[in-house]
Amino acid sequence: MAKKKVSKTIDDINQRIREGKVVVVTADEMAGIVHAKGPEQAAREIDVVTTGTFAPMCSSGAFINFGPVQPAIKASSVSLNGVPAYAGLAAVDIYIGATEPAEDDPLNGVHPGQFKYGGGHVIHDLVAGKKVELRATAYGTDCYPNRSLKKRVALQELSSATLLNPRNAYQNYNCAVNLTSKTIYTYMGVLKPNCGNANYSTAGQLSPLLNDPLYMTLGLGSRIFLGGAVGYIIGPGTQHNPDVARADNGTPLSPAGTLMVMGNLKDMNPKWVAGVSMLGYGCSLAVGVGVPIPVLNADIARFTGVSDEELFTQIIDYGSDYPKGEAVSLGTVSYAQLKSGTVPFNGQDVPSVPLSSYVRALEIADLLKEWIEKGQFLLTQPVETLPAGKMGMA
Amino acid sequence: MYKKTLSLRFPKKMVDEPIAVNLVKKFDLSFNILKATIYPRKEGFMVLELSGHKKNFQRGVRYLKTIGIKVESIGQDIKRNEELCFHCGACTAVCATGALHIKRPEMTVEFDKERCSACEWCVAACPARAMEVRFNRTLLD
Ligand code: SF4
Ligand code: SF4
Repeated sequence: MAKKKVSKTIDDINQRIREGKVVVVTADEMAGIVHAKGPEQAAREIDVVTTGTFAPMCSSGAFINFGPVQPAIKASSVSLNGVPAYAGLAAVDIYIGATEPAEDDPLNGVHPGQFKYGGGHVIHDLVAGKKVELRATAYGTDCYPNRSLKKRVALQELSSATLLNPRNAYQNYNCAVNLTSKTIYTYMGVLKPNCGNANYSTAGQLSPLLNDPLYMTLGLGSRIFLGGAVGYIIGPGTQHNPDVARADNGTPLSPAGTLMVMGNLKDMNPKWVAGVSMLGYGCSLAVGVGVPIPVLNADIARFTGVSDEELFTQIIDYGSDYPKGEAVSLGTVSYAQLKSGTVPFNGQDVPSVPLSSYVRALEIADLLKEWIEKGQFLLTQPVETLPAGKMGMA
Repeated sequence: MYKKTLSLRFPKKMVDEPIAVNLVKKFDLSFNILKATIYPRKEGFMVLELSGHKKNFQRGVRYLKTIGIKVESIGQDIKRNEELCFHCGACTAVCATGALHIKRPEMTVEFDKERCSACEWCVAACPARAMEVRFNRTLLD
């Protein structure tokens, strides 16, 4: 007699977490399990698959409230360690963006600029417990007479600090090459001339959205690992675009879905939110994101069982096509090829260079697995899953 | 930031140039004197740590040479700050000697000091600023 098809709910899984019976594996372990046992059996045995990614994610930043201040101030311009923050909010609310350079940064004045300190570094310093110099100026009002403020603040003294990243964890990303005859400095790293290297920035089979390609389980309210603490997906990230060409396994062949995420900065760890400087490009923040995927049925087991051989991206020329806004695919490569160290292109073997840390991604997936196994982390049912675009209308 | 430790040998008859002021003002460099033995009207020797943008650094050194100072760089070590390195692999794009390389299948980034030529490419290219130039202090004694 055929066994009944697996169908679990998030509540079932949470019950198993509470009872200490939950079975959790990382996404790279799941690839082997599904390959060996098939999706139906994998869904029967495995409850949760953990994913992870750790890479520079430029669309990141933090909302900070530095009040109350005496005498009261309605700050109109604010900087933290010399890095301007957006102050066009209520009196003492600001947003510090990851890519904002310090006021006195020479930028690309002498190319390639070093971008030694920016918003990402401010966030990193705060999370590391370092004091940061806050300067604010104001035009003064009857209710907020104070016109200037200078003080050193530590994260734990701030009345609130929330990491809120408008776009993280891109579902797939370009593989960048440079076909010109000069070295270029990009957000995809240093690209040597004549296709000297091929840079990529995705965790492949460990990447969160590549394990739930059709957004069946993730959305507003999904509890996740963010910066070493508990965070949440609060919706699709900016540029979320489900309507791109996809492989038979549902995964996109080019950049597609994105996540908007949020978490309490005060709970985070500097290992998982690190300021970075991209030579000739700018400052950014490397963010650790880990997403648990509930294996509710065989379909989800199959999706989470995807391996690097079955995940593909496009080679894009950042030397002339991309800057012109005319990025076209020069070829398709798999993540297995990218991870092997060289990719074939125009008859040559081009060294492939990761910008995304696979080591850290795996560490995140392992940590999240441990949290769930220990009963410290329960899964949530999203209030609304991420927009699936045309796929959702079928 | 480009930083190198240089030894400067001054000729017996020094030209009348405000060297320090010029390095700072004309070339936007900062320096730190680690050792100096300069006697008036005799040959002088100085160990200087010079830092700034690489292009300015090169222009500054050219300037020193044109006014008759013998400039040589002093042995320095490239070190990796293991706290800061997050094993991405970005540095492997610029490391021509293979000193920085990825170990597969683990994907950890290894640093083999023996193969390092101290070209310093990785120092600027590492997003985490984990590759550091350390001056070999034993040369000062
Ligand atoms: S680029 Fe920097 S952080 Fe990345 S592996 Fe190399 S040394 Fe480590
Ligand atoms: S200094 Fe040059 S040779 Fe040494 S590790 Fe860095 S890039 Fe490689």
